[in-house]
Amino acid sequence: MRMRKRESAVLDDFFTRALVAGIGVALTAGPLGCFVVWRRMAYFGDTIAHSALLGVALSLLLNINLLVTVFAVALVVSLLLLLLQRRQTLSADALLGILSHSALAIGLVMVAFMSWVRIDLIAFLFGDILAVTRSDIALIWGGGLFVLAAIAFLWRPLVASTVSEEVAEAEGLSPERTRLLFMLLMALTIAIAMKIVGIMLITSLLIIPAATARRFSTGPEAMAVLASLIGALAVVGGLFGSLHYDTPSGPSIVVAALILFILSLFWMAGKSGTEPAGNKGVRS
Amino acid sequence: MLMRNRAEAHQGEDRLVSLDNAGIRRDGRWLVRGVEFSIRRGEVVTLIGPNGAGKSTTAKLAIGVLRADEGSVSRMPGLTIGYVPQKLSIDWTMPLTVRRLMRLTAPLPENELVAALTATGIPHLAEAEVRHLSGGEFQRALLARAIARKPDLLVLDEPVQGVDFAGESALYDLIRFIRQSTGCGILMISHDLHMVMAGTDTVICLNGHVCCRGTPEAVSQSSDYLKLFGNTRSLAVYSHHHDHTHLPDGRVLHEDGSITDHCHPEDGHHAHGDHSHEHHHEHHHHAHAKEGERRA
Repeated sequence: MRMRKRESAVLDDFFTRALVAGIGVALTAGPLGCFVVWRRMAYFGDTIAHSALLGVALSLLLNINLLVTVFAVALVVSLLLLLLQRRQTLSADALLGILSHSALAIGLVMVAFMSWVRIDLIAFLFGDILAVTRSDIALIWGGGLFVLAAIAFLWRPLVASTVSEEVAEAEGLSPERTRLLFMLLMALTIAIAMKIVGIMLITSLLIIPAATARRFSTGPEAMAVLASLIGALAVVGGLFGSLHYDTPSGPSIVVAALILFILSLFWMAGKSGTEPAGNKGVRS
Repeated sequence: MLMRNRAEAHQGEDRLVSLDNAGIRRDGRWLVRGVEFSIRRGEVVTLIGPNGAGKSTTAKLAIGVLRADEGSVSRMPGLTIGYVPQKLSIDWTMPLTVRRLMRLTAPLPENELVAALTATGIPHLAEAEVRHLSGGEFQRALLARAIARKPDLLVLDEPVQGVDFAGESALYDLIRFIRQSTGCGILMISHDLHMVMAGTDTVICLNGHVCCRGTPEAVSQSSDYLKLFGNTRSLAVYSHHHDHTHLPDGRVLHEDGSITDHCHPEDGHHAHGDHSHEHHHEHHHHAHAKEGERRA
């Protein structure tokens, strides 16, 4: 009897930890994800996430903290992309494709060479939110608050250079510096969030809540806040779903986010049939 | 006018921005080269020229969006710029009302926001989503945003594109009014010559280089035409003549029969150092009835 009670207390505890950690990541990912959607940087997010596996391999090889190596690799890949883009030899998405998959492949090859370590690749690829520790939570909330504060501080130049880099530049908001800082924040967030949903699904936590929030938002600020809340809702729904149906937690969160997105489509269609299809993107 | 610009070069203090033999190249090709002009407070400089002549590029050089590969560009320290770009694409995923657009690069008090929108004729669109605006409405919103900044230098890249005829002359009147009331300098890009006549101090004709420059001599002519033709759009002749022609492949055929890859004031193919002076263009342009045509 006493044994069972203690077991259930432990169960409650890891589930609560998972909830707290997941909500922390979702709140951070919301505003960041809005910029990923507005700036059409989804593939960039994927690239940073895929390169994280190289960071994992380096961490094992050099015996350095995982977060440090993942962030360092993300940083190098971002800078490499900026440099290559400046030379304008290939289109950005082709460059991203090269960087993304070669970083992932090099990571996998390195892991295979290190025969002395046994790592749970699945945990890195798809996350292991149920294994988060108290120090993970401290990291997620500490790092998350830092990222959110930085985004709030950079808000005006970020939005302005998203609308027009040229106008931002002409009117003194240095968009290039802003873009670099944004990439750093993105790398940091992905390094922090990797454990929750994993490398393969991390960009979905950035993009899907933001895309869902678009339907209900009248301004960029409202969309950023809504994306955070919708992401948090997806985390709660996904975790309870995974508990109930005994499904993997990371993918369950993404599925919950997807369900919210689909519901938003129906809600909008029910509200007004006049909403345009949504491809009136370019204006000249 | 060229003389005046020369004189300015020695004064200096008053200049908001000046380009000195500025040029920019991409992939081994000069987009523009040898561009020299300056803008002072209260002065309106208009760049005209065919498509691909480097008008937008020159404007971007002037405001620091692009950096010169040759020559130099200097701006007054602390210069506030209001910029209306030629193209602006806003991704549909970004919810943006006109009100939010007005505060894009700097905070703006509500009364000034409303005043700027009223000046450009769209106070009723403050809450409208930018992506639902028509081309002309969008242009007015961009202009309102730029003037609300109370800039020292207003840079307008084809500010009336998509605006209907009546609105067009109203907006040009507004631009003139802004110049008079705030004393800001204006750099404008236009391909409709009739506007150039009315409110400009200096016209610079570009085609990869400065083809010619001068005061819009046809102002008086066009006003004659306005009297003659009343409220119809009429043709007036703004005569000017080039000492070279541009071949289809982009090379330049000079009056002395030689062909060069590019036209440059110092390339020795121009009779005088100031090749701007021997130009008499012969362009037909539309004179424009200012008041009469404005529809109620």
